Amino acid sequence: MIIQEIVHKYGNKRENLLQILHEIQNKSERNYLSSEVLQELSEEMKIPIADIKGTASFYTMFSFVPRGKYLIRVCESPPCHLLGAQTIFKAIEDKLGIKEGETTKDGLFTLEGTSCLGICGVAPAMMINEEAYGNLTVEKINQILDLLLEKERKE
Amino acid sequence: MVKKEIVQILVGIDGNTVLSGARKIKSRLITEISKQGLEEQVSVIETGSIGPVDKGVVIALYPTGEVYGQVTEENIPEFVQERLIKGRVYKKLLLEEKLPADIDFTSYDSRQTQYFGRIVLDNCGRINPEDIEEYIGMGGYEALGMVLKEKTPEEVIKIVQDSGLRGRGGAGFPTGLKWCFAAREKASPKYVIGNADEGEPGTFKDRLIMEGDPHKVLEGMIICGYAIGANTGYIYIRGEYQLSIQRLNKAIQEARRLGLLGRSIFGTDFNFEVQIKIGAGSYVCGEETALLNSMEGFRGEPRFKPPFPAQVGFLSKPTNVNNIETLANIPPIILNGAEWFKKFGTADSPGTKVYTILGHINRPGLIEVPMGITLREVIFDFAGGVWGGEFKMAQIGGTAGDILSREVLDVPLDYKSLQGAGHNLGSGAILIMNDSVSIIDFLHCCMKFFVHESCGKCSVCRIGTVKLSESFQRLREKKGYPDELEHIKELAQGLKLTAFCPLGQSVATPLLSALKYFSAELSEGINPKKKPNSLLSLSG
Repeated sequence: MIIQEIVHKYGNKRENLLQILHEIQNKSERNYLSSEVLQELSEEMKIPIADIKGTASFYTMFSFVPRGKYLIRVCESPPCHLLGAQTIFKAIEDKLGIKEGETTKDGLFTLEGTSCLGICGVAPAMMINEEAYGNLTVEKINQILDLLLEKERKE
Repeated sequence: MVKKEIVQILVGIDGNTVLSGARKIKSRLITEISKQGLEEQVSVIETGSIGPVDKGVVIALYPTGEVYGQVTEENIPEFVQERLIKGRVYKKLLLEEKLPADIDFTSYDSRQTQYFGRIVLDNCGRINPEDIEEYIGMGGYEALGMVLKEKTPEEVIKIVQDSGLRGRGGAGFPTGLKWCFAAREKASPKYVIGNADEGEPGTFKDRLIMEGDPHKVLEGMIICGYAIGANTGYIYIRGEYQLSIQRLNKAIQEARRLGLLGRSIFGTDFNFEVQIKIGAGSYVCGEETALLNSMEGFRGEPRFKPPFPAQVGFLSKPTNVNNIETLANIPPIILNGAEWFKKFGTADSPGTKVYTILGHINRPGLIEVPMGITLREVIFDFAGGVWGGEFKMAQIGGTAGDILSREVLDVPLDYKSLQGAGHNLGSGAILIMNDSVSIIDFLHCCMKFFVHESCGKCSVCRIGTVKLSESFQRLREKKGYPDELEHIKELAQGLKLTAFCPLGQSVATPLLSALKYFSAELSEGINPKKKPNSLLSLSG
């Protein structure tokens, strides 16, 4: 199965654990690390599952619960806060009907707060999956989300 | 009539401009230029950040150095018509910034205040970062060749030590000395690590360096490897920096192709390989020992020092960890010598510093200026002044940095002067705030950040950050206890003295400086009708 392949690709060594977890998560349909997958990884790498979970839970980019197809991460750090991150959060919450940490019922969007994304030159900023968006306003948020919704409707 | 001169149009492609459609603009430019039959005279080149970051898609023209911002697809036909065919400056989109038309290092005045830096960023925005030939064309890898063929490792370390270069990650530790510690160790293998886990809010200099000039970072690393006796390098980079990861990977491949990485570099018996390790979202991993734990596949909690990484580092082997900006300083220092480097900046802090300037200012962006420039110069000369009100305060060095008021506008920004005023330079972020910002609200946001990022290893930080955040929550609601500020101060000092790692210790930095300059405003959050709360006291 795929877990074995990924472990083999990076090498079965503890220092490759994070890269392996990244790839497993990226390849999972719902963008998370399920218990079954971690169990399998634990056996493959001969690392206790509690140890793997303990490590993965330290890092904000890993999730143990299924997430939406689009992972929205809004920056909450001071530079974005000053320039209106709260308004951005509210606009997304209103538009999608979810709160921070929640996923829409259709499984499309998950909203997360995050620490600095390093694109403060265009604060307030957010990332949707690997795409970054800056100089956000309520109108821009609505536009971005409408585009994604439109795209999903077509597919 | 078309001028016969050869014109180059640089399109800045980085994380910010891609959002505004920079790639589309680039292809539209190419189409339009070929439509007009100008392919021979005009070339369109992709480059890293050109400088201004809030001006949409930014392009620059060479050799004139004009910079245009807010470029849209609709503007392009007119731009090509006006600028390239008629030869008139296209005023509609012209920005105030200008690129240096040609750089002459010999006549450099260290106090010269130009938008563009000279040491670290000299190639950023001028070359195509994905083309190794262009880096080589600017003198790239010359320093490496010189080092491998003409210098002993001891000589290299001596140059770096003589230059007085200090680590640009925030702590300001002398780089040459750090190399010396690792070189001294007998154990092998040894490792060089480039720390690109840039997580300090407001800091994105390393990202723009990696996006704009990745080979300079690699060259710095290889030279370091030679100096300390290491054959393997890692770049630990945060997972969010996709474009940096992509460009560094490309750079590594290209360098390998030309034999600048791998076995027998420049025909010598020196071998070096570089790999990228991707982080997973953790602020504390920027601390070098936490970074080592993370690289080894564990929770990114800091380790006790000593032993220092130079003795017991990655996989318990001698390891030298340097910030990306520090590494990017190495090739120019080797090439031009320690004396040249010391012409920039101040006696105690030679060189330049790359700052990211942001907040309520007219021109947020990236600047490289000599050490020792004042906050006033940064705000009013480079940042174009403050919008939305009067200048109230600035936080330098990110969320773990000092909060400075008007009183320190004229203190030079270098390690020694700031220490004299009881402050620290930090990572290079300068967040400028106008008088609409409430210090209580701002500090509350800072404390929430620390609550989230505290790794949980030591209790003073794990619990202290939560208690501090609660204090600011009360102050925000004007429900603070009469002795709230004393408790905040006590707790901050407690963290500073007893927290395990620099993260916990630095929580005190914004608090103590804010208490120094803004205690009157902080007191406004106190409810005088409440009784003092002795339960908050550490000693009570």
